[in-house]
Amino acid sequence: MINLFHSGGCHDSCCLKVQNVTVRIGGDRILKDVNLHVHCGQLVALIGPNGAGKSTLLKTLLGEREFDGNIIFSVPGARRAKARIGYVPQTPNFDPGDPVSVADLFNCCLSRRPAFLGASKSDRELILECLDRVHGEDLIDKRVGTLSGGELQRVLLALALEPMPNILILDEPLSGVDIEGQTGLMDMLDEIRRDYDLSILMTTHDFSMLSRYADRVVLIDHEVKCQGTPEEVLGSAEFRTAFRMKEGT
Amino acid sequence: MQLWYALWDALPFELLHWDFMKNALLALLLLAPLFGLLSTMIVTGRMSFFSDALGHSAFTGIAIGCICGLAPTAVAVAFSVAFALLFSWVRSRSNQAADTLIGVFSSTAVALGIFIATLGGGSFTKYNKYLIGDVLSVTPAEIGVLAIVLLCVAVFWVLFGNRLVLVSIHPQLASSRGLKVKTTQTIFTVCIAVVVTLAINWVGLLMLNSLLVLPAASARNVSKNLRQYHGFSVLFALLASLIGLSVSYHLGASTGAAISLCLAVIFSVSFVFRKKVS
Repeated sequence: MINLFHSGGCHDSCCLKVQNVTVRIGGDRILKDVNLHVHCGQLVALIGPNGAGKSTLLKTLLGEREFDGNIIFSVPGARRAKARIGYVPQTPNFDPGDPVSVADLFNCCLSRRPAFLGASKSDRELILECLDRVHGEDLIDKRVGTLSGGELQRVLLALALEPMPNILILDEPLSGVDIEGQTGLMDMLDEIRRDYDLSILMTTHDFSMLSRYADRVVLIDHEVKCQGTPEEVLGSAEFRTAFRMKEGT
Repeated sequence: MQLWYALWDALPFELLHWDFMKNALLALLLLAPLFGLLSTMIVTGRMSFFSDALGHSAFTGIAIGCICGLAPTAVAVAFSVAFALLFSWVRSRSNQAADTLIGVFSSTAVALGIFIATLGGGSFTKYNKYLIGDVLSVTPAEIGVLAIVLLCVAVFWVLFGNRLVLVSIHPQLASSRGLKVKTTQTIFTVCIAVVVTLAINWVGLLMLNSLLVLPAASARNVSKNLRQYHGFSVLFALLASLIGLSVSYHLGASTGAAISLCLAVIFSVSFVFRKKVS
């Protein structure tokens, strides 16, 4: 399990520190000595080729992978802090035939009342409040399997934001979403991190959005190859090597 | 039970003047919501084939119980639970597709059951009732057991229903919300194993799977949310049970088969009238 505790270091804001994290699955070393430092309110993008270990790093932060090293969450003024993590999974495919509405999905996750009895008035108000954060109140009675990629990402984002997390982790949130939907989603993430001062860590293959929205970019290929501002990373030799690009492309 | 008998004696229904029919009706009124509820999660979790395999393992357990001179139902419950746990264990450690593993377990269970039942030249005839089932032979004591099982499943549904739905529709999302996916799946598997094994006496192996699949399959055609899904599934199971019992009485056919055919008709109608829900 991840032990998220205060160890000092971030004096003026909360932060997430990943120190020398190594992950092995079977006999293979998927991640080696990964170091990251994410401040609250920052949007950090993890990029890298397929199979580079991006999703493994996210799963490690979620506590689903054994690891060596330290993962530390710290809050100013608190001696000991426990991070609340919100997670939006990759390519969340739901069966279009499942008779599960968006309200049912929220009920299953948030309420003690059995979802098959329907949402109570207070539960429905809470669900509408959550969906309002992502401008998706009109989706409440739709079946989750019939939502478009962009609508589904908004619903899962609203779900990940209740209860409000300290760190929001998104695995490839832009895949399966059209260009208009991508911009809308990134605008929403930008608004949320400013309004709620939470850290956002996301993996993406869409580099066109990075310059506009990301504070920092981390290039991973089983280890951290390069990190910095979007311009620094996208212009680096390591980036070109990782994605087998020629000089000038 | 005396009150139940007196109620139907006072009503002008010829078929319900027989005590065995009154018992069967009461048993079906308990079995229908039981199967209606379980059906929803079996279909959503894509476990239809697995529940069929559990029925086969229950038959094997009964054969072992008979040959060893032990209570067949008790041995069958123990064998089915062991079968379900062993399957879950192998599935979590194998890279084979789930339906392939179910095929392996199911065929092995059937072969073992028939092998044990016919060992030493024994006759298979006495096992026929477990294949076809006979709800008309249910006793008041067995109805009491059914009522307890229904109560337990209803409580389980209230306590674990939300987790089961989340684990069934998106295990990864469930895991990210802190749910223990494998544990939840295993508990549900054991629950099905117990219910299937107890019910095999009355509905029979051949009819069991249709009762575990068709109510929810029909309900999916006309439901937009979980409340409608559960409501229609239980309603369809009840409707098919009552019509099936009546049809089987008047035509002198197997009650289990009549109920299954009624469910098939309900599925066809629901398919025709399925909503374009969004």
